[in-house]
Amino acid sequence: MDTIIETHGLRKRFPGHEALRGIDLQVPAGTVFGLLGHNGAGKTTTVRILATLLRADGGQARVAGHDVASDPLSARRHIGLAGQYAAVDGQLTGRENLVLLGRLTRLSPRDARARAVELLAQFDLTAAADRLAGMYSGGMRRRLDLACCLVHRPSVLFLDEPSAGLDPASRQLLWAEIRAQVDAGTTVLLTTQYLEEADQLADRIAVLAAGEVVAEGTPDQLKRDVGGEWLEVSLATPADLPYAWSVLAPLRPKDRDAAEGRLSVPLSDGMSTVAAAAVALRDAGLEIADFAIRRPSLDDVYFSLTGPTSQGAQL
Amino acid sequence: MTTAVVDTLTMLDRKLRHLRRAPGELLGVTLTPVTMVVVVGYLLNKAITMPGNANYLDFMMAGAGAQVGLGCFGTSAISVADDLRNGLVDRFRSLPVHRIPVLLAQTLSDLALTGVGMALAGAVGWLLGWRIHTGLLPALAGFALLLALTFLLSWFGVLAGLVVHSMSAVNSLSGLVLVVGSFLSSAFVPLSSLPGWLRPVAEWSPISTVVTATRQLWGNPVANTGDSLAITHPAAAALATIAFLIIAVVPLSARLYRTASEKSR
Repeated sequence: MDTIIETHGLRKRFPGHEALRGIDLQVPAGTVFGLLGHNGAGKTTTVRILATLLRADGGQARVAGHDVASDPLSARRHIGLAGQYAAVDGQLTGRENLVLLGRLTRLSPRDARARAVELLAQFDLTAAADRLAGMYSGGMRRRLDLACCLVHRPSVLFLDEPSAGLDPASRQLLWAEIRAQVDAGTTVLLTTQYLEEADQLADRIAVLAAGEVVAEGTPDQLKRDVGGEWLEVSLATPADLPYAWSVLAPLRPKDRDAAEGRLSVPLSDGMSTVAAAAVALRDAGLEIADFAIRRPSLDDVYFSLTGPTSQGAQL
Repeated sequence: MTTAVVDTLTMLDRKLRHLRRAPGELLGVTLTPVTMVVVVGYLLNKAITMPGNANYLDFMMAGAGAQVGLGCFGTSAISVADDLRNGLVDRFRSLPVHRIPVLLAQTLSDLALTGVGMALAGAVGWLLGWRIHTGLLPALAGFALLLALTFLLSWFGVLAGLVVHSMSAVNSLSGLVLVVGSFLSSAFVPLSSLPGWLRPVAEWSPISTVVTATRQLWGNPVANTGDSLAITHPAAAALATIAFLIIAVVPLSARLYRTASEKSR
């Protein structure tokens, strides 16, 4: 598969702190790549360099085959950018915003108007097309913002915290629209602080902390790398928990929850641990409500990689 | 080149739509000069004694025109700072659009705004008795000089918006420029009434030279004494300083347009 976004040793220093300390990324065309990290990790700086808004101090970045530092104008023909806040002109109507961007991306007046009508329909804004964007609700502004960066059908879409400040319903709509774009062949690079969002949307994720990529892979790989899987056993009768614990003692169970009648067994030995636990519980005659293999969530991945200080910063 | 023209016209269309929807901007640049015309030019007219018994209203009308232009420093500074703040500059910069058309559209729309503002101030002055004593062509040439001054002031506003960022600071600065620009020049008072050490600054200020040249073109009283080039050849001095400053301020603004957006995060 072709690599459409590529960075090597990307560095950026701001007065007083080093924002990026050598970022290497490869994003295959037609996929969703998630940059996950807390505030100040370097996500926005990375996106701004890739979107030609900021110049790196070191390293290279290529987007759609164009070096963003030496040939930003060519790179810009292929990118769409939605920043952290909806960058729409509140003194223009939704339709005028879209026509404006159509004209600036070299569509003829007629094509720009036709494209605006198309996007207004696609983003469910037709009824509000001729109202000033300044009067739109937050969700509508976000949708218009996303429509604006799709006017010239970019092959690479940068979304910086796309669902920040959206209600759950608008977020679902946004996710559906992002998936539709990817199905149509667009590559999406999104930053997010929401682990759920990265898990839902991204094919691959890079976890950023203090300007460095601390982990990269598919959501599943990251979850596997960070901690082993475990077996979670819930008993039909919570009072049986001490007995179950003693039955499973050879397998070294770790956590128990007396109120729920639940205990966990690390899968140190993979499937044989599962088999041994199942046999031991059956032989003991214990009634089991739930017996399942669990894997760490992305939250676990995130906190184990970025450390307790960043966890504190999240709160 | 043609894409730059299309970009400029596209962005100008955007600014003109803003103007139509926010008539407050017109009020903003017109209110102070019109008030000056009514209060000082008309109500206090008899209390002000001009050299050679010249009519003060006739003297001050060119100054009121320059004050409309001074107001554009504020409108362009505020609208540039606003675009930076709400992320539109980032959006424009992520498109294959050159920098100058985005900024040029701002200053061109200020010219349109000023044209209407000067017409309003002129109409009020005319009702109160101000007259142009020459012909149509010199009259238009006077207005053209005032518009050239506005164009320069508007570019300085763009520069200020890019440097200052903060909306409240831009607002205060605009107020300051309006007052200092109006009174540290011959817009409303003869240069001879200013403190001596300020004379050279006030003399060479493009506001003074434009206003003086406009007075001559309109056949209105000039009331300047002195033999510096700015006083003997005001039109030439005005055009030279405006051209020089435009050549300096446009590339600087274009450069700051990039770095200002970089720093806004």
